[in-house]
Amino acid sequence: MKRSYLMGSLFLVCFLYFQPIQAQDDLLALVGPDKPKKERVKYAFKSPRVINGHSMEFLNPGTMDFRILHRFGPLDQGYKNFFGFDQANMRIGLDFGLLHNLMVGIGRSNVKKEVDGYIKFAPIRQSTGPGNFPVTIALVSGMTMNTSPWEFPDQKNFFTSRLAYYFQTIIGRKFSESFTLQVSPTVVHNNLVASQAISNDIYALGVGARLKVSQRIAITCDYYHNFNGLVEDLTFDPLSVGVDIETGGHVFQLHFSNAVGMNERAFIMETTNSWAKKQMRFGFNLSRVFQISKKKNK
Amino acid sequence: MKKISTVFILFILSFQAIQAQGKFFTKTGKINFNATAPSSPEKIEGVNKAVTCVIDIKTGNMQFAVLMKGFEFERALMEEHFNENYVESSKFPKTEFKGSVSNNATVNYTKDGVYPVKVKGKLTMHGETKEVETDGKISIKGGKINATASFSVAFADYKITIPTLVSDKIAKKANIEVDCSLEPLK
Repeated sequence: MKRSYLMGSLFLVCFLYFQPIQAQDDLLALVGPDKPKKERVKYAFKSPRVINGHSMEFLNPGTMDFRILHRFGPLDQGYKNFFGFDQANMRIGLDFGLLHNLMVGIGRSNVKKEVDGYIKFAPIRQSTGPGNFPVTIALVSGMTMNTSPWEFPDQKNFFTSRLAYYFQTIIGRKFSESFTLQVSPTVVHNNLVASQAISNDIYALGVGARLKVSQRIAITCDYYHNFNGLVEDLTFDPLSVGVDIETGGHVFQLHFSNAVGMNERAFIMETTNSWAKKQMRFGFNLSRVFQISKKKNK
Repeated sequence: MKKISTVFILFILSFQAIQAQGKFFTKTGKINFNATAPSSPEKIEGVNKAVTCVIDIKTGNMQFAVLMKGFEFERALMEEHFNENYVESSKFPKTEFKGSVSNNATVNYTKDGVYPVKVKGKLTMHGETKEVETDGKISIKGGKINATASFSVAFADYKITIPTLVSDKIAKKANIEVDCSLEPLK
């Protein structure tokens, strides 16, 4: 009995003495592990646009994105048109990040002298940690205005005929550091359409993906399936495949696409070229982000 | 006998408590990071205000842990590039330093004052571990410790590559300033 007590206390002494020695090895363990925090998943795309369509990503609050978009002519015209480089359409745009989940933008395209603007808001963003959510859900509401002279100036024209609207829900997830996928059901409403055969409300489903191949280069794909607005042999689903290259302050989005339009109404409804006929065009988006107000807290 | 061993154990336990008191810690230490190249028109600097640091004043051992995502930059794009392109913070979330004060004996932790120290240890960042050595200061005031140090790390040592395109803005080395106010660990 006595002996076992002695042994017991000896053992305890040894044990207690050993403990501090062990603890010295890992001092950080003494202050306990960091509590897991809910964290927003960031950088799902390099830019708030996949190629043509909106991405699940937002501009940082207090930043402005100056975007210059170019779409050259179709490749199938060959050397005569220098594979489309003789012809170019463009859009200049300014996008503003207001909150981490709210941004607005405005732009003007030379096609139809069209002005467009939108507001994009994400009620839920993908996050990790306690209380996380697996996807980002973003809502986009946009408007386009055709400012070219009336086609038939003699008839009575209405201002509202110049307008079209689009509404979009983006559901996206950054599956891994390199892979992001999103789907975006979209409705485009035209106040005036060219013929009775075309509905005023067009439904489309967008699919956008990004595959990061290095820290600064990613492959992107942007496709919209038009459910009820296509005219056979005249308009097609827009498909764009490209590369995002980031160079310090700029993001270059180089791509091939059959779409000329650079706003939702135009590329969903008015894509008159077809990949099947090898009428894809080379194009690029140039994005330069400026910090215009002091960075707000996240 | 029973009593004696109980007393003995209690004695040891109290001794243990004293030993634990020999450690100081913080979870709100500050690290400034500056990698501005001389020719750069903009300042490339970030700050992390949630640095964990524990010092054992008996042995002079000290350890730091920093979450890379916690660095804040004045410009959001810099923060993005820092996390995405350079330190790859989702792949390598934590930077750790494990080292010791080589001249710990010269620091009187019970007396207020400023003591110059030499710190040596291993810094693990971006998956790479390198020896670092620096001069720092330990200030004792009212039973609290303030530890400061300034040193530089070369990006190449940690396999962080700076493309030539931005080499006029980002220096090859980053100056790191550490400032931690530590409290007794209970």
